[in-house]
Amino acid sequence: MRGYFVGAGLAIAVATMATGAMTTQASAQSEIKIGEINSYSLLPAFTEPYRKGWQLAVEEINAAGGINGKKLVVISKDDGGKPADAQTAANELVSSENVAMLTGTFLSNIGLAVSDFANQKKVFFLAAEPLTDAITWSKGNRYTFRLRPSNYIQAAMLVEEAAKLPAKRWATIAPNYEYGQSAVTVFKKLMSEKRPDIQWVDEQWPPQGKIDAGPVVQATAAANPEAILNVTFGADLVKLVREGNTRGLFKGRTVVSFLTGEPEYLDPLKDETPEGWIVTGYPWYSIKTPEHDAFLKAYQAKYNDYPRLGSIVGYQTIKAAAAILAKAGSSDPEKLIAAAEGISMPSPFGEITFRKIDHQSTLGAFTGKTALKDGKGIMVDTAYRKGSDYLPSDAEIEKLRPKD
Amino acid sequence: MAFYVVQFLTGLASAASLFLVASGLSIIFGVTRIVNFAHGAFYMLGAYVAFTLTDRFSGAFGFWGGIVIAALVVAAIGVLVEMVLLRRIYHSPELFQLLATFGLTLMVEDLVVLIWGPDDLVGRRAPGFKGAIDFFGQNIPSYDLFLIALGPVVLGVLWLLFQRTRWGVLVRAATQDRDMVAALGVNQKWLFTSVFALGVFLAALGGALQIPRDAVNHAMDLRVIVEVFVVVVIGGLGSIIGAFVAAVLVSELNAFGILIFPKISIILVFLVMAVVLIVRPWGLFGKPEAPARRTPGLTVNPWRPLTTNERLAAIAVLVVAAALPFVAGNYVLTVGSEIAIFVIFAVSLHFLMSVGGLASFGHAAYFGLGAYGVALLAKMAGLPMIACLLLGPLLGLLGAAVFGFFAVQLSGVYFAMLTLAFAQIVWSIAFQWVSVTGGDNGILGVWPEKWAASPSHFYWLSLGIAALAVVVLRIIVFSPFGFALRATRDSPLRSEAIGINGKRIQWTAFVIAGTVAGLAGALFAYLKGSVFPDNMGISLSVDALVMVLLGGVETVSGAVVGAIVYKALNIWLVSQTDLSKLVLGGFVVLIVVAFPKGIVGTLEAFMHRRRKSSSSASSPLLTSRIESAE
Repeated sequence: MRGYFVGAGLAIAVATMATGAMTTQASAQSEIKIGEINSYSLLPAFTEPYRKGWQLAVEEINAAGGINGKKLVVISKDDGGKPADAQTAANELVSSENVAMLTGTFLSNIGLAVSDFANQKKVFFLAAEPLTDAITWSKGNRYTFRLRPSNYIQAAMLVEEAAKLPAKRWATIAPNYEYGQSAVTVFKKLMSEKRPDIQWVDEQWPPQGKIDAGPVVQATAAANPEAILNVTFGADLVKLVREGNTRGLFKGRTVVSFLTGEPEYLDPLKDETPEGWIVTGYPWYSIKTPEHDAFLKAYQAKYNDYPRLGSIVGYQTIKAAAAILAKAGSSDPEKLIAAAEGISMPSPFGEITFRKIDHQSTLGAFTGKTALKDGKGIMVDTAYRKGSDYLPSDAEIEKLRPKD
Repeated sequence: MAFYVVQFLTGLASAASLFLVASGLSIIFGVTRIVNFAHGAFYMLGAYVAFTLTDRFSGAFGFWGGIVIAALVVAAIGVLVEMVLLRRIYHSPELFQLLATFGLTLMVEDLVVLIWGPDDLVGRRAPGFKGAIDFFGQNIPSYDLFLIALGPVVLGVLWLLFQRTRWGVLVRAATQDRDMVAALGVNQKWLFTSVFALGVFLAALGGALQIPRDAVNHAMDLRVIVEVFVVVVIGGLGSIIGAFVAAVLVSELNAFGILIFPKISIILVFLVMAVVLIVRPWGLFGKPEAPARRTPGLTVNPWRPLTTNERLAAIAVLVVAAALPFVAGNYVLTVGSEIAIFVIFAVSLHFLMSVGGLASFGHAAYFGLGAYGVALLAKMAGLPMIACLLLGPLLGLLGAAVFGFFAVQLSGVYFAMLTLAFAQIVWSIAFQWVSVTGGDNGILGVWPEKWAASPSHFYWLSLGIAALAVVVLRIIVFSPFGFALRATRDSPLRSEAIGINGKRIQWTAFVIAGTVAGLAGALFAYLKGSVFPDNMGISLSVDALVMVLLGGVETVSGAVVGAIVYKALNIWLVSQTDLSKLVLGGFVVLIVVAFPKGIVGTLEAFMHRRRKSSSSASSPLLTSRIESAE
């Protein structure tokens, strides 16, 4: 009897999958498919604007005649925040949807998992968001490209400002996982190179998503730092800022903070936004370039909402994918790599290039200071910094990156 | 000095928030014996509803009115859940209610995003408690002081409620001995409902009171649920004072621990729980559980090996499954391999749970150890795949041998929680030991060798090992060892009396289950080509539990079906819809209601009843459920 049920179960499993595989056979020659994976259910605050961004890009590309006359179709999958599930999705996209390339991912470990999958299965992968340096350097491979400015780039941008501060006693607060760890390591290294006179007096490593902010704030204050590096974001950042404000942690101290100027993380803080933090981010309200104006207008017309940084990442990911596909004129991964290496294209932040040496794009980021305006947090004194200005020398990268 | 006082007070404030939620869970568990996985979901709902009431309708009830009304609204939802869903399944096998509440939690996580949107919501600060009080140059938020005062007040009110009211007497009686309370003619239905309502009220209040400190978001539930469980267990199940002391202990250790080891937070509560449970097996204030009256796991029809026909049918199914590569594409085969691997994993836990009577909440530890064993052997020692597959699971065996030794000294939920603590300790080692395990970036590039690389070959490999694992475990179930294990499960006292060394038998079973799980993990590493700390995380342990419960605890091999259904459905839904959690959760809840003994368990009971009615000769005495065997 058990056997009977096993059979029934298997039959269901097989049947459901077979239908999934069959529906895709219908797709005609007139389409180019891109597979997209992201943590939609785990990180909706980032991925919802991200999705809107890439949907806008798809619409624009197809309105302009598609890719070499073929219609662009993006097939999007949720990875639930798990590397193993991301690989299942990647496999489905490659094996049964026959996509020309993979794009997307947010978390660093998922980005790495998909990048390793791409390397093994010889599939082109354009990583959108994962910030880890490993994806282009120590664990880089020839099939993987990355759009967003990495941890290293953002740290280097912040260090440039931070090194000008008189502060000599520094404390760090960062989420206890790879992103936080490597952000702190790079920041410390670059900072100590520029300013050998500074001291690192305290470090706090709350678990990601589970910060017990009161004790962390109190412990940081006890070390009496003159300046603080913060790497927490999302709900952790909110708790940290609230406790820090009440307990006066930020009074008379400069805070340098990764990503805090991104609307995703700055907007929830509302009137509790601390002023004068040096941050990287996306001040969509004060960027006055024709490229960005065009993007902003299109985005607001379509969604009646303002863009977040995720919108830019999603938009540019698909634009970049389309540009690479158009240049390659084929979905052969080798031709895609050849096309992608060194390709330049416009973006809402100006022209960007995918570097041949480490497959990193030169997309930059905005730095500025946080400020309060009408009960909302904004970035002021903003400046766009090109990613290409903040990367180490080619010789150093060649040492970091394994040979193909 | 002032700093240490302030740090202590800060710890107390964290403790108060933790205690509110933990006390509710403790009360619910003490009386109904439900492992309420949805407690975190109610906590989160409390925060969301309170946000809406205080922020968007701030004028109507004021801040404090909004907080209390939010807790009441969520408590009403709790009552609805209890009456509609849980009442149907109180007589299901132990832990089956966990499955129902797990399904609810999944649904709520998607629902709050649908209702309140994806952004983090920051609520208002509490009027009158916005600032901080200066204490010798250190600032203490006045809201912290409010929480510090609130904790003992709630504790006092609960104490009065339990000591001074008739309802409290009944609750205490039920906590001590449910069956006796029922025998004395107390209406258990309403007692359970009211207890559930109170517990949910406390959870929602705890969530609502976080608004001035926290950001309301859809991941709040998972953040709190595990920690709260740990607090309840450290304190002793059903003990309110225990929950309070444990909350203070954990929070203070964290507040001062981070001064010395800034990275301790990630693992602290689990370390404390492991130490407490090893020293005091029933928590700080808990009492040893009275021997169960109803024999756990006593099935309507005793287990028996398959008949020849059934064996032939099973082989036929296996042959059909093995023919899959001739009709299916690569994606289906890879998914098939994944399902086969999860069948191995699920049957290993099922062996421990249904044959051994030991429900592990941390079984993924051994799965993950097997995976890491393979990854380390392949990447560092450079061993060939066959050697890795054979040796990798030994890491799972080793882990199971060490942790199992301590775990089998306990039973019931305490056993479950100690296994959870061990799993979290192993997880945090994988997470923190970056130089060896790569931290959360994992170990990449563990791909199978050429002979197993093609999806069809790997599928056959996984299927073969899965079939082997199921057969071997069945052989063990019907071996003398299996009988001794079942005897220990059904009656520790009697089995001891006939000379069975129960602890050693259970330990052996734990090691067997851990090794088989390690084997599944080893295959999984090759399937995915990489290993991450995720592979030993709580969610994987919960997945395994769900598979076993879905299949049916009281069956010999129900987990096979449970794993196939759950995994296939999960993969399919995630691929097809963005609301996979909502649909999957709803499906789990439906199954719980439709198949109160699990899929295979309910179908078996149904077949049995049909057989019984067709052969009227069998004596009704023999087949009726024996409610009180001892």
